[in-house]
Amino acid sequence: MNDRHWLYRKQTIRWLWIGGALILLATLVAEALIPRKGHFPVESGFGFNAWYGFATCVAMVLLAKLLGVWLKRRDDYYDD
Amino acid sequence: MTELLPANIPLGLYLILAGLLLPLLPRVLRPLLLLGMPALLLALLWQLQPGAGASLPFLGLQLHPAGLTAAGRLFATVFLLMAFAGNLFALRQPSTTELAAANAYAGAAVCVTQAGDLVSMFIFWEIMAIASALVIWSRASEASRRAGMRYLLMHLLGGVVLMAGIAGHIMDTGSAAMTAMKPDSPANVLILIGFLVNAGAPPFSAWLPDAYPEASYSGSVYLSAFTTKTAVYVLLVCFPGTAILVPIGLYMVFYGIIYALLENDMRRILAYSIVNQVGFMVTGIGIGTEMALNGAAAHAFSHIIYKALLLMSAGSVLLMTGKRKCTDLGGLFQSMPLTTLFGIVGALSISAFPLTSGFISKSMVAQAAADQHLVWAWFLLAAASAGVFLHAGIKFPWFVFFQKDSGLRPPDPPWEMRLAMLLFSLLCIGIGVWPELLYAILPWPVDYRPYTGAHVVSQLQLLLFAGLAFFVMLPMMKRTLTISLDIDWFWRKPGRALGIGLLDLIDVLGRHADKLWIAGIRLAGRMIGQHHGPDGVIARNWRTGNTVLWVAVLFSLFLGVFLFR
Repeated sequence: MNDRHWLYRKQTIRWLWIGGALILLATLVAEALIPRKGHFPVESGFGFNAWYGFATCVAMVLLAKLLGVWLKRRDDYYDD
Repeated sequence: MTELLPANIPLGLYLILAGLLLPLLPRVLRPLLLLGMPALLLALLWQLQPGAGASLPFLGLQLHPAGLTAAGRLFATVFLLMAFAGNLFALRQPSTTELAAANAYAGAAVCVTQAGDLVSMFIFWEIMAIASALVIWSRASEASRRAGMRYLLMHLLGGVVLMAGIAGHIMDTGSAAMTAMKPDSPANVLILIGFLVNAGAPPFSAWLPDAYPEASYSGSVYLSAFTTKTAVYVLLVCFPGTAILVPIGLYMVFYGIIYALLENDMRRILAYSIVNQVGFMVTGIGIGTEMALNGAAAHAFSHIIYKALLLMSAGSVLLMTGKRKCTDLGGLFQSMPLTTLFGIVGALSISAFPLTSGFISKSMVAQAAADQHLVWAWFLLAAASAGVFLHAGIKFPWFVFFQKDSGLRPPDPPWEMRLAMLLFSLLCIGIGVWPELLYAILPWPVDYRPYTGAHVVSQLQLLLFAGLAFFVMLPMMKRTLTISLDIDWFWRKPGRALGIGLLDLIDVLGRHADKLWIAGIRLAGRMIGQHHGPDGVIARNWRTGNTVLWVAVLFSLFLGVFLFR
């Protein structure tokens, strides 16, 4: 497996996950340090953008998956 | 320098002429025209003084084909930049038809930005439709022939609706001026619909992802820039603050995200995301405050550059591998590092990461929604911003350049293509780092600071947690060899069946034509005999009294009509 690019190695991917988690944490720490005044009450709560970004994206993927049940066809569908 | 130019000729016309002259030039001289002309016109554009321009009498109307406004200059600037970079990218494109048509297309788009009246605008609008269809057709495949025909039919239909609207508008108001109007008369509604067809609004969004991915590796780069953004420009000028545009824009935003999430073709993913991005602009135009309109205009400017950059990187992959489906691609970062890097810059820009062009333009629309207390619009726009990162910002580079190793090891594309991508990458970052450069040329004065600590942190949180959602949901996003049905299904399946049925009917009638023909002649002969024959009604002599009576009846009818008319 050593001929694989280092980016594909299991160890690298583990480090990427750890690094990613630290960056996510850092954005939350930064919010604690930098005062933020929201436009609307819900949006003003701590970590709003974090949970809202995550939750809406999960919702969009699920919605796409659901619509895909009806809308997806083989990619030669329109070919005669 | 500009005083040497005729005052009533719009600058874009020179680019159209350059496109038409291109096939006559020897190949070695073509780069000179392809790169020199857009650069020269860009320099000339900034020499021109804003104003209505010379007037041209036409059918009793005063046309102003060569005016200049602040908004028009902004769009003309980015269209010419696009023509330059697109031509640089396409220097090795073997199809002369594509290059000629693409420059006529770009030139017509520039002409629309200079049109001070609806009639001049319409003429160049239609030239754009024809030239862009030629760009699609120049790939010369069966799929592009069909897609180009569907595309052209849709745009000609939109053009007819627009023409009817313009004629009605001139009848109603006596003026053909390109000014703000309201959709309060049937004519104005038709104009609005004509504009929206080109913007990719529902229910006619499908033409865009249907047609653009069928163009050549360089053709789709041109296509991504002009048609939809010209529509944004005319909406901005003619329908600012039209409330219905807010829900239409928000629909487009989510339509683009959902369909792009389902899509497997890399360039169709990007095509869906054009609809998504134009949705942000249409929403801004619907909000209609100066901040919102500035935001829509700025976002159009940024969008043309990063979307062209994304399609250039996809075009490079297509050229070097011959493959376009995510299921066939992956792992290309190993042998195409520069294309990967430029693609990532485009992806970060479309996602509106801080220090890229998208960050300083898209946030103006959201800010305008917040200023106007449009709570729902604001929350939907925020969700959509996260969704952009999901469907274009990560999905495109991930499935094309990373994910599984496809085993493909193509090199980066030739130097002209790399240079074009470098130029647009630098612009994406340059505008993001020095937003005041773009803000200075927006139609209205800008009082907005994108780089506050709170805004940067909020945006990073929104995007990075959207990224987390992508990787958590990755097992659900496995690519499949599928397309997704859209509203165009109605005319591509039942509509087509109906058309073929009608053709069959005509065919059957045609085969029995001789019998039908003889039967028809016999019937006609019998009827003529009845009325015109020796004993027919018409051949009989009339009594003078009857004739006088009928003349009297006709005269009194005539009188009556005139009396009560």
